[in-house]
Amino acid sequence: MEKTVAVYLCRGCGIGASLDLEALRTVATDEFGVAQCRDHPCLCGAEGRELIRQDVLAGVQAPVVAACSPRFMTEIFTFDGCRTERVSLREQVVWTHTPNDEDTQMLAEDYLRMGIVRAQKAELPEPFQEAIDKTILVVGGGVSGMTAALDAARAGYQIVLVEKEPQLGGWMAKFSRQIPHRPPYRDLEASDAAAQVAEVQGHDRITVHTGTVIERITGQPGQFDVTLRTNGTSSACRVGSIVQATGWKPYDATRLGHLGYGHSPNVITNVQMEAMLASGKITRPADGKPARRIAFIQCAGSRDQNHLPYCSAVCCRVTIKQALLARELDPETEAYVLYKDIRTPAQYEDFYRKAQEDPGIFFTKAEVVGVDVVGDHDLRVSAENTLLGKQIQVEADLVVLATGMVPVSTDGEALRRYNDACAVVAKGEAGAQLETAQATVAELQHLDGTAILNLDYRQGPDLPALRHEFPDSHFICFPYETRRTGIYAAGCVRGPLDAQLAREDGAGAALKAIQAVELAERGSAVHPRWGDMSYPDFFLQRCTQCKRCTEECPFGTLNEDAKGTPQLNSIRCRRCGICLGACPERIISFKDYSVDIISSMIKAVHIPDEFEEKPRLLGLLCENDAYPSLDTAALRRHQYSADIRFIPVRCLGSVNIVWIADALSRGYDGILLIGCKSGDDYQCHFIRGSELMQTRSSNIREKLKQLALEEERVRLEQLSIADFDRLPEIINEFAEQITEIGLNPFKGS
Amino acid sequence: MTGTPRGTILVIGGGISGITAAVEASEAGCEVVLVERQAFLGGRVARSHQYFPKMCPPHCGLEINLRRVKTNPRVRCLTLAEVEEISGGPGHYYVRIRQHPRRVNEKCTVCGACVDACPVERPDDFNLGMTSTKAIYQPYEMAFPMRLAIDEATCLGPECGKCLPACPFDAIDLTMQAATVELDVQAVIVATGWAPFDAARIAGLGFGTVPNVITNVMMERVATRTGPTGGNIVRPSDGKPVQSVAFVQCAGSRDDNYLRHCSGVCCLGSLKQARYVRAQYPEADIYIFYIDIRAPGRLEDFYAASQADERLHLIKGKVAKITEDAATGMLAVEAEDTLTGEPVRQPVDLVVLATGIVPSDTSGIRIEGGLRTDAHGFLTREQGSGGLLVAGCATRPSDVATCVRDATGAVAKALQFCTE
Repeated sequence: MEKTVAVYLCRGCGIGASLDLEALRTVATDEFGVAQCRDHPCLCGAEGRELIRQDVLAGVQAPVVAACSPRFMTEIFTFDGCRTERVSLREQVVWTHTPNDEDTQMLAEDYLRMGIVRAQKAELPEPFQEAIDKTILVVGGGVSGMTAALDAARAGYQIVLVEKEPQLGGWMAKFSRQIPHRPPYRDLEASDAAAQVAEVQGHDRITVHTGTVIERITGQPGQFDVTLRTNGTSSACRVGSIVQATGWKPYDATRLGHLGYGHSPNVITNVQMEAMLASGKITRPADGKPARRIAFIQCAGSRDQNHLPYCSAVCCRVTIKQALLARELDPETEAYVLYKDIRTPAQYEDFYRKAQEDPGIFFTKAEVVGVDVVGDHDLRVSAENTLLGKQIQVEADLVVLATGMVPVSTDGEALRRYNDACAVVAKGEAGAQLETAQATVAELQHLDGTAILNLDYRQGPDLPALRHEFPDSHFICFPYETRRTGIYAAGCVRGPLDAQLAREDGAGAALKAIQAVELAERGSAVHPRWGDMSYPDFFLQRCTQCKRCTEECPFGTLNEDAKGTPQLNSIRCRRCGICLGACPERIISFKDYSVDIISSMIKAVHIPDEFEEKPRLLGLLCENDAYPSLDTAALRRHQYSADIRFIPVRCLGSVNIVWIADALSRGYDGILLIGCKSGDDYQCHFIRGSELMQTRSSNIREKLKQLALEEERVRLEQLSIADFDRLPEIINEFAEQITEIGLNPFKGS
Repeated sequence: MTGTPRGTILVIGGGISGITAAVEASEAGCEVVLVERQAFLGGRVARSHQYFPKMCPPHCGLEINLRRVKTNPRVRCLTLAEVEEISGGPGHYYVRIRQHPRRVNEKCTVCGACVDACPVERPDDFNLGMTSTKAIYQPYEMAFPMRLAIDEATCLGPECGKCLPACPFDAIDLTMQAATVELDVQAVIVATGWAPFDAARIAGLGFGTVPNVITNVMMERVATRTGPTGGNIVRPSDGKPVQSVAFVQCAGSRDDNYLRHCSGVCCLGSLKQARYVRAQYPEADIYIFYIDIRAPGRLEDFYAASQADERLHLIKGKVAKITEDAATGMLAVEAEDTLTGEPVRQPVDLVVLATGIVPSDTSGIRIEGGLRTDAHGFLTREQGSGGLLVAGCATRPSDVATCVRDATGAVAKALQFCTE
């Protein structure tokens, strides 16, 4: 069990000149009895690295490199077969504190103690490796799904493609022409859906199931067991990852009565217009006469707080396409386009320009106030605030409503609440619980039967919905971030996209699906902890079935058995440690990250007694944002209090409140918790770690009250990575506040 | 064949698209060589203050991505390097790369002693010339690789050599020469990105002669704490706070005289920068002169929220002229409000030109038949050979999330050339 630990002290970058290295050596050898302690003028140089490498070859199992931040020289201090512990003497000590000062020295010694303790306790994780199936399930046979299937198949993967309709192709197969996505971006292109369908059907690595839905999916990445239902018959397959490309449906035009829909058959939607264009004849549905004056009303139901608040993104170009096509079919046609803004981004400006050059197409910004039927079947569109005048009226044979896109999705987490509530109602529980459940059932009734993936996940049968019901990623930098590992949404299900963007998105999701199975095979976490081979271990004998871990895991990793005991699906795990933070019994640990490891580091710090009047503060900070921010503050040589000892954590949500209790009983005077921004625009990489800490910190305040300690001793801050100028101010201000409050009365007890 | 990806992908360009392609490909199992012309990774996004619509710092995602680069031995990263030649075909490309000398080796610890010793100042291109650095410099505080670089063009060389004795780690080599790197790769992803349109070319808008007219890319630096003004949005002419700011949309874009394309992101960019102004000046009047506000998809939410700002004035009309009152530094923005038909002459303290996106110059890459471009100079998706893929703003002006999706998708297509 006892590992051979060796300490390497770097003298470079001002470390040697600012600290008493002999005293540090004494800490290593006398206090901890490490196997050896060496120092070097520049450990990151070839000679320094070789020195450590030779020791590792000779049997050192846990080198502790006391030099710069672990964010730098990462590859230089990585050695095969062992875990290197980094102690940041440069950034956290000498660059940010007075050189050759008693407090600075104490700080360095404490960081060394913490590093040695961690090196002693943390183990090199062994990857979780099991048989992995690399087949990819693609749900949806439209343009996104077919692209995902083809790209993954060409890369060598087996594909199961499921489509609920009797044929592949989706919407694109129904449209006669498409928006140009190639230079010169002016000419309508023939739909390539038929060719893509043929290629999918002919590909020997793609198995197509049309007229098929998903009955159930159990398991985890690399080991998903899927039950399909085709014409009442069930079949099973095993897949490794999933692309959900279930597409879109048009916004329900019957809600657009104010734009004339339903009042006259001559008011149609852009989807109905596609069918008419495909037939080659543009006529008035009411009387079959040719429709030569066509008014297109843009944003019909989109960009409208009463309908779809978002922009459906493609309707401007669809209208331009339809106007051009109508003119092509009958050159006497006149098209009037009434818009809020014409949105033809990038090179599609050329497409807009072509329509503007067309003498039969008229564009004006306008607020449409009504569509009236005049006489038998003629239409009159009234609009205000237009480029042509304050108030105008357009007479039309046909009005085309540019209706928007609604995702074919559901909200997995809401469905779970609905199902839970239904269960409570069915069981006939009494009192308030029943009332709440009945209210939930009533509120979420509309979700009944909307499940698509039917995942056997404790946190619901589908991907959770984000804003406007799109199961999109919340992240700008990581659009394939998913809350269900190994399951990626693609195409119009996660946002209104044109066909080209849908294809690109399908390809991107295919790559993520490939990556998910490849990483599962290696036992590695996926983004954002790529390469992490650790996974949580549950000591279930002591589990009290409190369900906090299963509730709080943002990624649906844990299921529950009938009693409420967590059932781990390791390959779903993202290794954030939120379950570890949640567990009141402290039974969840990773090989290199556990309640015991961090507690031991906290306890390794020397707490001066009350007579020394030196406060000690503990800082637990997010390693993704706050810690790099602290490094940047150091690079800019910002100085801050030497009273604080920082420990980076995987996510603030992984902070177990026992660490805070331990610190307070140990005699720390204050605790600073620094996480990422929570709320609607959260920046937490694990979705709700920071938010969870907020909830937990109210429990902490309770605890402090019980101990008759001041609430201010524990402070929670939310920082962005760019706040490195603020960080030293926050630290100093906290240190001053604690000095004012006075030392922890439990010190020394 | 159900095989783990093998082989090597060359990624040209170390901006958000290129970094994404590199990390995504390597995590799928490929070897990757990432080639970046600058001394650091991060490209244009590294210079940005915040992303729309979350108003979050780009370095948050970059930190994670750079960690993925640093810890993944499958990614080989060449900075200050340019691809000179690509030949061969899908599955078997030969690539020649010019590695410019950094003159600072891997022993550098960014201690900064050399910077103090260096006597030469150069304009800091990271801050778009608004500040200067020494000839030996760190591109920016979170730059990766975390190592200084010497600007070949301005360094006085061994005759000066003042940095040499200052360095405690023997990390400077003023005689370091350019080198050639040759590679065999299976596929190439071109993610060479974009450059801002030269606003000085736009007649009547005063950029380059009127100090209080700046561009949107300059505004990103101005709003950043580490930028030229410490993050304070002030008038460049006198450093005074601003009470009114005008954003001029389509400055060069959607214009037959300059860029015929729409640059895709400037509307949201200006709405975002209006938030920067608002955060510092709760009372400032902000004017956005636009042709169309283009906020696709759920970015409309961001636009809708901006419209709730009562002191944000949206005027549909293209700006014809900006004039300066030399005595006060005040600017007058002249346009026609196309909805009322009335001429507008709006006095403001500061004008931000929403200059467009121009594809980066890729003419230095020698390849048979050349890289194919469209009429706007963007690379077309279909190139001469199937293993040559294009992603990000090199092919189309796009926002960050779209670039990332595109780059990830390009990797999926590259993989078919990398499977055994």
